[in-house]
Amino acid sequence: MHELSLAIDMVAQLEKALVNEGDCAIERVHVLLGVLSGVEPDSFEFCFPVAAEGTRAQGAELVIEKAPVVLLCRECGAESRPEKPAAICQKCLSTKVDIISGREFIVTSMEVS
Amino acid sequence: MCKECGCDTDNERTYFGKSDEHSHDHPHDHDHEGTSRTITLEKRVLERNDQLADKNRKWLAERQVMAVNLISSPGSGKTTLLEKTLDALKGKLPCAVIAGDQQTDNDARRLSGKGAPVHQIETKSACHLDARRVGFLLPDAVPAGIRLLFIENVGNLVCPAAFDLGENFKIALLSVTEGEDKPEKYPALFSMSPVVLITKTDLIPHLDWDRDACLDMIRRIRPDAKIIELSAKTGEGMDEWIGYLKQLTT
Repeated sequence: MHELSLAIDMVAQLEKALVNEGDCAIERVHVLLGVLSGVEPDSFEFCFPVAAEGTRAQGAELVIEKAPVVLLCRECGAESRPEKPAAICQKCLSTKVDIISGREFIVTSMEVS
Repeated sequence: MCKECGCDTDNERTYFGKSDEHSHDHPHDHDHEGTSRTITLEKRVLERNDQLADKNRKWLAERQVMAVNLISSPGSGKTTLLEKTLDALKGKLPCAVIAGDQQTDNDARRLSGKGAPVHQIETKSACHLDARRVGFLLPDAVPAGIRLLFIENVGNLVCPAAFDLGENFKIALLSVTEGEDKPEKYPALFSMSPVVLITKTDLIPHLDWDRDACLDMIRRIRPDAKIIELSAKTGEGMDEWIGYLKQLTT
């Protein structure tokens, strides 16, 4: 269960970003999570409150936006989103594709007050 | 220049409160009373690990060491494969091993005495190796002259995939006893692994192993994967594997 250590790392990043922000509390945290990131959204959501305890993120809401797999075909140039993770262009069925999205694990923003 | 407060100096923060929707740059404190504000971060959560991994990669490249990160379920035969691999490469290709396990140094003991330095990382509660732990160990684990470093990750198909250790690439192992649909169930790892080893092929006669389905599934996730089918026990496929490793380092 690496999601706990990831949640702890993320909370540390949030705290760091708030160093010069004065007295404030984090209300909401937005995370972009790719389906090929190796991070399980449910586990991460479960671990976040534990990691946030005693920090300025305590009680904050975690909003996870899932990033689907997006492929760019090297043959036909189409961008496509396979339903199941598969590296196959959905337009021309070529397997010469680059994964241009789906591996993200990014803390995009936080709302503070 | 900011329409709301009239200043225009550099500051990375962006504010998007409902009642004060504007972005601006200024270094002084600025009250937006009664509203919450949004701070844009756009940071990779694994940024620190990735930086350390890049440092490890540079360290290895400077010494001309090829590093592979072996990832699989527990019991897929990583250690047995490494035992046989070290035996086969002894005196031919200088290798080193970093083995990760939650507890015990059993794997390191099994791999020692085969002509390659072996170092163990006990990860305790952690389910994966990370770049920091590997970086600490590199100077001891990889003496001068080593050309190939095997990093045997903790047996787990999920967590190790998220952590770059500074390896050249990942190798996924899949034993035939696990079922052919593992690549579909764990696409993150298989999509990151240019090499997939199908292990324990000697057991196929005892199983309902659908080889074509497995190869097809691996290729759906990773079309360019190099797939090597082998049995460390009988030696089947080992020549191809050893040949592949030798060619990697020439």
